[in-house]
Amino acid sequence: MAMMATRTPGRVFKWTVVDVVVVVYALVPVLWILSLSFKTKDAIADRSFIPTEWTFQNYADIFKTTDFIRALVNSIGIAVIATVIAVILGTMAAYAIARLDFPGKRALVGVSLLIAMFPQVSLVSPLFEMERALGLFDTWPGLILPYITFALPLSIYTLSAFFREIPWELEKAAKMDGATPGQAFRKVIAPLAAPGVFTTAILVFIFCWNDFLFAISLTSTNASRTVPAALQFFTGASYFEDPTGTVSAAAVVITIPIILFVLFFQRRIVAGLTSGAVKG
Amino acid sequence: MTETAVKPAPAKAAKKPKPELSEGKRAERRLGWLLCAPAALVMVAVTGWPIIYSVWLSMQRYDLRFPNQSEFVFLDNYITVLGSEYWWTAFGLTTLITVVSVIIELVLGMCLALIMHRTIVGRGLVRTVSLIPYGIVTVVAAFSWRYAWDDKTGYLSALLSSESALIDQTSAFFTVVLAEVWKTTPFMALLLMAGLALVPDDLLRAAAMDGAGPWQRFTKVIVPVMKPAILVALLFRTLDAFRIFDNLFVLTPGTSSVSIQTYNNLIKGLNLGIGSTMSVLIFITVAIIAFLFIKVFGTAAPGSDSGGKR
Repeated sequence: MAMMATRTPGRVFKWTVVDVVVVVYALVPVLWILSLSFKTKDAIADRSFIPTEWTFQNYADIFKTTDFIRALVNSIGIAVIATVIAVILGTMAAYAIARLDFPGKRALVGVSLLIAMFPQVSLVSPLFEMERALGLFDTWPGLILPYITFALPLSIYTLSAFFREIPWELEKAAKMDGATPGQAFRKVIAPLAAPGVFTTAILVFIFCWNDFLFAISLTSTNASRTVPAALQFFTGASYFEDPTGTVSAAAVVITIPIILFVLFFQRRIVAGLTSGAVKG
Repeated sequence: MTETAVKPAPAKAAKKPKPELSEGKRAERRLGWLLCAPAALVMVAVTGWPIIYSVWLSMQRYDLRFPNQSEFVFLDNYITVLGSEYWWTAFGLTTLITVVSVIIELVLGMCLALIMHRTIVGRGLVRTVSLIPYGIVTVVAAFSWRYAWDDKTGYLSALLSSESALIDQTSAFFTVVLAEVWKTTPFMALLLMAGLALVPDDLLRAAAMDGAGPWQRFTKVIVPVMKPAILVALLFRTLDAFRIFDNLFVLTPGTSSVSIQTYNNLIKGLNLGIGSTMSVLIFITVAIIAFLFIKVFGTAAPGSDSGGKR
């Protein structure tokens, strides 16, 4: 916004205040759970925002239990596998949608749009029954499948938006040099598309990492319960007198990857979120 | 799904597209189908079929605790659910949470979008921290709010000396709305910011020259230009808010949205018939909301112009 860009001390001060408000807004709940995770068992009920005494005990406690470690392994494994598959399938479809002309394209876009808006809870009942019948209930694939499905529309949109920005003359040049459409895809476009694919992978991972509804409905044991679902079972578990500290510590652990993504790839995430969703 | 049937070995067939159009066109078509087939297959298998199946399940009396008494009851389950007070309470609550939180998010999101777009100091910082609520696991945020309001551990309950924020119905409602708004405002803001970027500077400068104040520039220039972006953001968030589950599950186990009701009937009650009936009803409601947005407000469905060459 060029017309607003004049930097007077007053302006700078005004914007600094506004920025501080935003930062406080965004960080307070995160800092609160962080603070709880460092409180000692006795101090957990002191209701102060900053711990008076700092301890790593809660972290030591959760990493002592197989429950948490197992859930963490499930979370990471399921999210990574679902992300890889969704991004591969999404890349293929998005390339076709952005570049090729074929009948049925609009139907595919329409279907994925429908799924993007789909109430996930509507799938829980039939999937619960079907997965029990197929033996997928409470397994990794039982969660990976619905994650891929709901991640696909996201990856198709984001990627096809990125793909439309790629200089396609290069593809034409490759084709003139005798490359098939398939070769042009692999040798010329794929390397150019890598940043978009990477961004999409982050968004899809965040989505899978975040899910709670499927995780709590389609699992019943440690075998596939992810951390968001497992947190519910910390509550009232007999070997933790007061689960607040341990729940907080576990919550902080699964927030770390999100914070890292946000810190290192802020620009990409913003570009990814805005490119797919808004087309004038 | 027809496209999956038509894929025998197009990779070889696609070799050497001759300069003549028809051959290349056909190769392009086959490649298009081939590339889309896996995605289409997964999406249809994991949503299309279950939807049909849940319609069928919703017409059964099917309680996993009494599997022998299963029978076809046609619309009986719908009569049961639609005649149930609990369902309508949950429906009303879900609608209320959706409307209130989406309105607040729109206002705050617009402010945040303007801030992210225009701030002259620390733009990167503002954008980075705004992404934290978006990215954080909803359950984690919900626990943070729960412990903050809890009358034993919470700093917020201490601060406001409200002993039962999560038990009293009205204040519980607002804690849920607050948790929703906190989490999703940045997403709304990002969608709006993309729209904001489409507003031409020249137009704003011209409006300013003509004597339009900041508020007039906002309502008369920015909002009209951004209308498509606003509607898309509203559509996304409305549909998303309507399926609220995580925050309610963690924050206020007592109150129930339609998603929570479905979950309770299914996983706790093991009543697949009723659970599926609710699933279908939620699906229909969401379809109606989407239809209203697209037909009445003329929301351009995002991606609908992905055809590119339309």
